[in-house]
Amino acid sequence: MTAALVVGHGTEVAGARRRSRTAWLLLAPGLLYLFVFFVAPVAVLLLTSLFERVPGGPVGATRPAFAVSNYVDAVVAYAPQFGRSFLYAFIATVLALAIGYPLAYVIGVRCRTRPLLQGVLLVLVIAPFFTSFILRTIAWKQILADDSVVVSVLKTVSLLPDDARLTATPVAVVAGLTYNFLPFMTLPVYASLERLDLRLVEAGGDLYATPISTFRHVTLPLTMPGIVSGSLLTFIPAAGDYVNSALLGNAGTSMVGNVIDSRFFRVVDYPTAAALSVILMAAVLLLVAWYVRRSGTEDLL
Amino acid sequence: MKRLSFGRYLLPVYAALAFLYLLTPIAYTFAFSFNDAGRSNLVWRGFTFTNWQNPCGAPAVCESVVNSLQIGVLATVISTVLGTMIAIALVRYRFRLRAGANLLLFLPMATPEVVLGAALLAQFLNLRVNPGFATIVIAHVMFCISFVVVTVKARVASLDPRLEEAAADLYASPRAAFWRVTFPLLLPGIAAAALLAFSLSFDDFIITNFNSGNTDTFPKFVYVSATRGIPAQANVMGSAMFLIALIIVVTGQVLAARRRRAAAT
Repeated sequence: MTAALVVGHGTEVAGARRRSRTAWLLLAPGLLYLFVFFVAPVAVLLLTSLFERVPGGPVGATRPAFAVSNYVDAVVAYAPQFGRSFLYAFIATVLALAIGYPLAYVIGVRCRTRPLLQGVLLVLVIAPFFTSFILRTIAWKQILADDSVVVSVLKTVSLLPDDARLTATPVAVVAGLTYNFLPFMTLPVYASLERLDLRLVEAGGDLYATPISTFRHVTLPLTMPGIVSGSLLTFIPAAGDYVNSALLGNAGTSMVGNVIDSRFFRVVDYPTAAALSVILMAAVLLLVAWYVRRSGTEDLL
Repeated sequence: MKRLSFGRYLLPVYAALAFLYLLTPIAYTFAFSFNDAGRSNLVWRGFTFTNWQNPCGAPAVCESVVNSLQIGVLATVISTVLGTMIAIALVRYRFRLRAGANLLLFLPMATPEVVLGAALLAQFLNLRVNPGFATIVIAHVMFCISFVVVTVKARVASLDPRLEEAAADLYASPRAAFWRVTFPLLLPGIAAAALLAFSLSFDDFIITNFNSGNTDTFPKFVYVSATRGIPAQANVMGSAMFLIALIIVVTGQVLAARRRRAAAT
């Protein structure tokens, strides 16, 4: 820096240019990769969503067109699935927050004086990541199956009517979604609670605030970034998920993901699958933008 | 007094119930890896060690695990290198189109997997590429990059730039300063990012299912065989992965605790 000042303005500009060239050398490979395998595919998806089927052609044959009607048809035909995707994902996010926040609070605040216990509990939250999530979802399916111990015990003590079942219901799908994404909610919330300065909470108490209002005016705002990233990491994958619905639900619980999957692989109807994907992506991005702006954490990334 | 008991007992009990919810399916998977199952691992038929002694007794399970490991390692290496370079550039350099670069990195994370999978498959079909092992690796690198960038960026941002300046003052070339000072300090962040990338890749199902053709990964194998019965060896693999990862993480924790104690004394 001193050298640049001594030699004068010209070298500094050259230096800045060289620095920006280094920056682009570092950025180029990764960004190029994302262009080729993310931006271009999404563009292709957009184009495919406007193709039309060849009348009388072989299965899956399409030709370039500008069939905006694909979108109208897709929305009309699959409105319930869209509704379910966003409703289930929303409920799962709220439940994951309701379960994950107190959990993160216990680990991040209550266990602060005991680092070893804190470490062990944190490992237990991350633990589910290491067993395949499909295996765990299938485990739930078997634990809650009609002839399982859980269901027969619940029926014997009359907590569950004789003809009721736990699998193949919307409740099972939402519980599965909540379960699968709970660590994604808990970890970011934990990260912000772990940094929480407890003196601020004490100050709230010293100023005669009730615990509830201290929580509302001190703890909650300070942990907002964790809540925002946790809910995004839960809501986005949950809205596009089809594994939980396929394994724990029935035909009446199918979500957009299930439709996209079956349009692609079983019906070989690429334009409809593409149109549904584009709508899902646009809807999720709009929601995310609105949510991030509202919660005032734009510098999240 | 009432408030105290609320905080003291209710919260830990609530947390214990949450842990029960989190860990029950893992315990179930583990228990049924010891089931004398035969073809379908649905009903408890008796305790046995056979599945653990012979994890490749169902060859398809082993094949799919090997595929998943290979894909995971390749995707981790490539995405960690690309993502680390981007993270360093984003924190350390000023350049034009910065907002654009940030957006390009954020979008894959904000897009549901089913859309990423469908888009890539549309692209591969369009280019007449047959989906298989290579396309799975390509897909995994794509969705791992952004997560690597976020993880490493946090570490780069917390680095003291004066350390590099000190190296320069001591006549280290920029290259030497990077490899001898900056890089070692970044390593924990890079390692965390690599671990995250590997676990994302190893456990991915949705994007993989779209872009895998006839190649089976472990999650895909489990999903596909769910309808006709999952061999108990799949539970063995899932439980073994769990134990290995647990040992790695706990060892790391213990080592870190020991280092903290050594630093404190």
